[in-house]
Amino acid sequence: MKKFINSVDSFLSESLAGFAAIHHDIVALGDTGTFVRRASKPNGKVALVSGGGSGHEPLHAGFVGKGMLDAACPGQVFTSPTPDQITAAASAVAGEKGVLFIVKNYAGDRMNFEMAAELHDGPTATIVTDDDVAVENSTWTTGRRGVAGTVIVEKIVGAAAEEGGSLESLKALGDEVNARTRSIGVALTSCTVPAAGKPTFALEEDEMEMGVGIHGEPGRRRVKLAPAKAIAAEMMAAVLEDLGKAGFSEGQVVLLVNGFGGTPSLELYLMAAMARVELERRGFAVARGLVGSYVTSLEMAGLSLTVSAADERLLALWDAPVRTAALNWG
Amino acid sequence: MPLNEAAMRTLISAAAEEVIAHAQELTALDQAIGDGDHGINMKRGFEAVLGKLDVIAAQPAGDAVKSVGKTLVMTVGGASGPLYGSFFMALGDAITAGKRLPEDLAEAFASGVEAVSKRGKSRAGEKTMLDVLTPVLDTLRSEAGRPDLPRRLCKVASEAAEKTAPMLATKGRASFLGERSIGHVDPGARSSCVLVHAICNALEARA
Repeated sequence: MKKFINSVDSFLSESLAGFAAIHHDIVALGDTGTFVRRASKPNGKVALVSGGGSGHEPLHAGFVGKGMLDAACPGQVFTSPTPDQITAAASAVAGEKGVLFIVKNYAGDRMNFEMAAELHDGPTATIVTDDDVAVENSTWTTGRRGVAGTVIVEKIVGAAAEEGGSLESLKALGDEVNARTRSIGVALTSCTVPAAGKPTFALEEDEMEMGVGIHGEPGRRRVKLAPAKAIAAEMMAAVLEDLGKAGFSEGQVVLLVNGFGGTPSLELYLMAAMARVELERRGFAVARGLVGSYVTSLEMAGLSLTVSAADERLLALWDAPVRTAALNWG
Repeated sequence: MPLNEAAMRTLISAAAEEVIAHAQELTALDQAIGDGDHGINMKRGFEAVLGKLDVIAAQPAGDAVKSVGKTLVMTVGGASGPLYGSFFMALGDAITAGKRLPEDLAEAFASGVEAVSKRGKSRAGEKTMLDVLTPVLDTLRSEAGRPDLPRRLCKVASEAAEKTAPMLATKGRASFLGERSIGHVDPGARSSCVLVHAICNALEARA
């Protein structure tokens, strides 16, 4: 295992200390050391709190700041944060209008955030993101996973929160954006969790893992590597078929081509080109695009494609100013 | 055996040490059908329990068991933290509420199992820790009188954990694998089995 690391035990705290120090103008480490919050004081709006396992950076601490999250709780690598971390974060940033949790759909994340909401003193609501289409039959599983589409939800809800939205209206907006968003991932390599010391799964030189998750967990199918055009065609077919079933079969979209950490920008933009062809072929227009490593899986080589059906209102919220470590515009 | 400080210390440390000893095996099982962190997380949680053993064991039995649960919730993370945490917290509450051990063991254990079922929104048959805890509970209810109960429970737990191998996972991270989850023992079922063995072995040793 070749990593920049001093010890497995200090790995996360050292990284988080670095993040908070470099971005001291945007974020501050919470007093318990177990969460990251905005450096500025809460101003009475609904507080957006998210979190999840470490290893997906910049998700979620990289999205703490004006226009997006108020606090983020990083758990151990690929492990949900615990209720005490989450309640500490919620208490630190909560105002009268309450706390809105944004939770990715995984059993652990849901349970820990549920326990935190039960313990938190004050109004709360929860948005659960489940944009991954890779899990084909949701009747027989815990439901679909929340993956890169979570960034789109956090951006749009974040903008609406700055405008003074209520807890109920923000939850409704988040649920709506989630319902309009679909993703799918593919991996060319696995990743190595520091504490485990070896890759979570092994792929041959000529194989790819279709429908992979963001925790190094194997996906649905292991198949032979194909040219980028074919991979993009298969991924977009899955995403757009599903969006079609939900009633979105044309119009403007936000396209997020998200690298898992080990794939160069050149390849991400190449796949963005392939994805765009597939979208335009079917009557969609890429109104806004975001390409980069935003929801990673340590050093996994691979990427996810996310399509979010948009309209003028949602695009205005997407365009609204944001000042976080990972996204900065307006 | 009376649940005094010495007994609690023995039982809790036995459970913790067994889980820690099996951490690599649990990680390997979780790498096959999960994300490879079950062993690491459980080890961290039970090391935290051992770190507070003096304080915990000195508490009344119900509080001690509840403290084990709370410690696990705060340190394990993932799905296992809330699930094992809820199990021990409910078991602790049942003891505090008056369930005597060993007479009311089945009922107290049932509180723990129900808490897991409620928190995880699942039941037996879905390839989870409940596929070990439920048969163990059934055995506690139906075979309470037998003199070799700890041995019997160990056997039930081991067989139940093995039986998860051919099951299709419909809960937790394993469920994303669909049919690829078949052929692998569920990590949570295995860790439950490890805990049952640890407690039963400790009880037999003291008997």
